Amino acid sequence: MWKTILRRILIMIPEVIILSILVFLLAKAMPGDPFTGSINPKADPAQLHHLMKINGLYDPWYQQYWNWVVHLFHGNLGNSYQYQEPVTRLIGSRAVNTLWLALFTTVLTYCFALPMGMYAAKHEGKLPDSIIRVYTYVTFCIPFFVILVIGVWIFGYVLGWFPTTGSISSTANPGLPSIGSRFYHILLPGVLGALFGTVNVVQYLRSEVIDAKRSDYVRTARSKGVPEKDIYRHHIFRNSLLPIAAFAGYSITGLLNGSLFTETVFSYPGMGLLFINSISYRDYTVITALVLIYGILNLLGTLLSDIILSIVDPRIRIQ
Amino acid sequence: MSLVEIKDLTVHYPIRSGFWNRITDSVKAVDGISFNIEAGETYGLVGESGSGKSTTGKSVVGLEKVTSGSIMYKGKDITKKANRKSLDYNHDVQMIFQDSLSSLNPRKRIEDIIAEPLRNFEHLDKNEEKLRVLQLLDIVGLDADALYKYPHQFSGGQRQRIGVARAVATNPKLIIADEPVSALDLSVQAQVLNFMKKIQREFGISYLFISHDLGVVRHMCNNIAIMNNGRLVEIGTKDDIYNHPMHIYTKRLLAAIPETNVNNRAEHRAKRLKVEEIYREQKDKYYDKDGLAYPLVQITPTHSVALPEDLVDQLKHEGEVQA
Repeated sequence: MWKTILRRILIMIPEVIILSILVFLLAKAMPGDPFTGSINPKADPAQLHHLMKINGLYDPWYQQYWNWVVHLFHGNLGNSYQYQEPVTRLIGSRAVNTLWLALFTTVLTYCFALPMGMYAAKHEGKLPDSIIRVYTYVTFCIPFFVILVIGVWIFGYVLGWFPTTGSISSTANPGLPSIGSRFYHILLPGVLGALFGTVNVVQYLRSEVIDAKRSDYVRTARSKGVPEKDIYRHHIFRNSLLPIAAFAGYSITGLLNGSLFTETVFSYPGMGLLFINSISYRDYTVITALVLIYGILNLLGTLLSDIILSIVDPRIRIQ
Repeated sequence: MSLVEIKDLTVHYPIRSGFWNRITDSVKAVDGISFNIEAGETYGLVGESGSGKSTTGKSVVGLEKVTSGSIMYKGKDITKKANRKSLDYNHDVQMIFQDSLSSLNPRKRIEDIIAEPLRNFEHLDKNEEKLRVLQLLDIVGLDADALYKYPHQFSGGQRQRIGVARAVATNPKLIIADEPVSALDLSVQAQVLNFMKKIQREFGISYLFISHDLGVVRHMCNNIAIMNNGRLVEIGTKDDIYNHPMHIYTKRLLAAIPETNVNNRAEHRAKRLKVEEIYREQKDKYYDKDGLAYPLVQITPTHSVALPEDLVDQLKHEGEVQA
């Protein structure tokens, strides 16, 4: 078990190195330089050259890359042009918000989707199955931002049950009230995300359970005299969870960087909103940092998926 | 009294078609068969693939929904779920499957696989359970380190022996063996079959041995039923079937057993062709107008064949002339 995880982490090292080189080269390929815009336009070009030189911008790319990596390890990703504060601090404060929202949405999605998928498969072809299938198709067909806008309008504006902007109320006291306020702010986007994001899990689980239901080892279990509910619990459900588990790692990190819609509609100060804003303001340092973080998150997602898989499926562990 | 009495068992699968998906017809997988399994004997059920022998086996374990007919065990009809439950039927009747890999849950350890039937019916504590599993593994000749392995880490023969150990775990009275060795090569077949025989001697278990391999059936079984298209065409003792076959289908099956003596190859081939020729010429005589077997007619106390009376007399006469 630990061997599998350790080997998997070792494989990640070259992946991260390649990713960082790619991100760095892309950043280098962007037009412009960091000084032209930020100093007096009447300044002597020679002085600009001097600045470029002492900052190492004329060095060969691998040397510049090395400097960048060293800074990276010191937690220094440069300053944001737009906010005039270190990128690490900027992203750090946003990441916490996004993390809470993503975690809440993911947990809620599985809470809805797993029972639905199980129930649909158990009653395959009957009425409950049809209802659940139609539900997932409908939620799949409606674009998510439409749902969000309608949700904000109905529950935030018309009914006024939920806040429509921000991540925390400005008047909330520190301690328990502030946590409550945070939760109150992620409740509506989280529930909407979960209700309308079930299709993948439900359909995967349903088809897996239907497959497992007819498999030989389930027939064996029946012939052994295993009670029906234990057959579902011990034989079918555990084996059907495999693709879901494989999916879980991705979906958690996917939510971290895929919350663009939710954060934009709810003006929720998370990484998605930051990313959108940085792109519109050409805030290169932030964009580079975010792309790097998203890349690493995706790698972590696959790592997480593989670890979950190796827990669930003994066949892929290294002996 | 017999251990299990199967009477007029039929299993039909509906065929749905048309716009409304109504039931328009049915596949008659098993079409009214009756036979008895005695305690401690091995009953062979033989037939080509698609003849309904596996469906019969599954019905006897209770895996298949029976259309009509009855399967009597301890005086109760176990085609009804409530009766199976009240008898703890699956404690007494277990099944061994053909495909040893797919029929074991790939994500469970051998310990759990073998212990599961025990957990269903007997409430042992952890140590007793482990001891029992170890005993069972020992019976089928596997080491204790098999406990913590997964099914894919064994060879086909070992896996099938695990399947046997699992089936024997609850000390059943009857084991349905659905082509238990047809996925194995010959040397391993013998090994598994010998374990099965040994277990039968030690525990007095009955087998319903389902197979298409008449050579294996001859090695294992006391009584044999031949199935064709969902009906029985001939039942009898080993001697009846192998030495005095009456029905043309049985004769064809017997002729298909490979001959190991190379010198008689030509002779054997001629015999096979002759049987085939008789089959082609007289097919209509042996089957009714729908191409199905006739009802069984008793010839001797042990031997019955699915033929019209007059044909039976004619065949008997021919047999006497030949003898």
